[in-house]
Amino acid sequence: MTGTARDIWVYLSASPLAGLTFTLVAYQVGLWIHVKSKRHPLVNPVLIAVALLSTLLIATDTEYGVYFEGAQFVHFLLGPATVALAVPLYRQFAHVKRSAAALAVALVAGSLTAAGSAVGIAWALDGSTALLVSLAPKSATAPIAMAIAEDMGGLPTLTAVLVMLTGIIGAAFGTGVLNLLRLKDPRVQGFALGLASHGIGTARAVQLGETAAAFSGLAMGLNGLATAVLLPLIATLLL
Amino acid sequence: MPLGFITLLLVCQLAGEVIRLALDLPVPGPVIGMALLFGGLVVKGSVPDGLGAATAGLLQHLALLFVPAGVGVITHIGLLQAEWKPVAAALVGSTLAAIIVTAFVLRWLMPKDEDSK
Repeated sequence: MTGTARDIWVYLSASPLAGLTFTLVAYQVGLWIHVKSKRHPLVNPVLIAVALLSTLLIATDTEYGVYFEGAQFVHFLLGPATVALAVPLYRQFAHVKRSAAALAVALVAGSLTAAGSAVGIAWALDGSTALLVSLAPKSATAPIAMAIAEDMGGLPTLTAVLVMLTGIIGAAFGTGVLNLLRLKDPRVQGFALGLASHGIGTARAVQLGETAAAFSGLAMGLNGLATAVLLPLIATLLL
Repeated sequence: MPLGFITLLLVCQLAGEVIRLALDLPVPGPVIGMALLFGGLVVKGSVPDGLGAATAGLLQHLALLFVPAGVGVITHIGLLQAEWKPVAAALVGSTLAAIIVTAFVLRWLMPKDEDSK
């Protein structure tokens, strides 16, 4: 970089504007590529945006904290977005009441499978304690998972990364696996996607249709709640 | 987006945080806020148009909101390089296990399909 360009970069990277703008631009690029790929589940806009931004930060030797000063304005919206999930939940209330027992059992079974198998597999492969604690809440939506990890002594920012990767894996492979197992009911597919891979899985379920989307949003909200209640409880009982 | 309903979402979140701190609950504030809003909708009996628009706007780009936290991956590159095997196995294994278990349990217990498909 020339002297002037570096001065401009130093100035820009010190203000929140750059972090915020690059976040939105990177996501737009991710979305554009996603649409160009005919919305292929393996071409995930979040993954593309994160890869672009990480490369940019590493290439320019910018610290994450500096980037986050701008990006926090986007990050902050996770809170209100979680509250907003009450609306799709309410709209599906009739469906939910009708199959409440089935959904409740599937919720507890799925939630415990997600946390238990993640911790179990990582433990069997000699994962560190920090990793195990940060993995436990990873199927819940990010704001909930991060809060739980923090409370239990994990690393919230590591959990955020694990949550994102979980979402991408669920969105990329979930429907393929369920189709292979002949589990094609959109209610079942949607609920399983939302439970195991939260908002990113729900974004995938939206492509499967309205019923799958509704059950996915419902499962994401319920699993956020179940994870927030069950994990601290189990941790207290075990430790 | 209607400002009043954005305010309502923030008020629910703030109330959730206050309840969490006051009662020392293990549940995050925004989740309590979601429960409060849900309770409010059940009492009211319908979703106001403006609230529907405000929440649709937020939830439509839910995936975007994960990006800043996801970029945090660069602060954990050391740990991820050292532990990539347990990380990869745990993420892929547990995510697919959770999807399969949930789907099988649900299909087994779900009242038979009348209106979907």
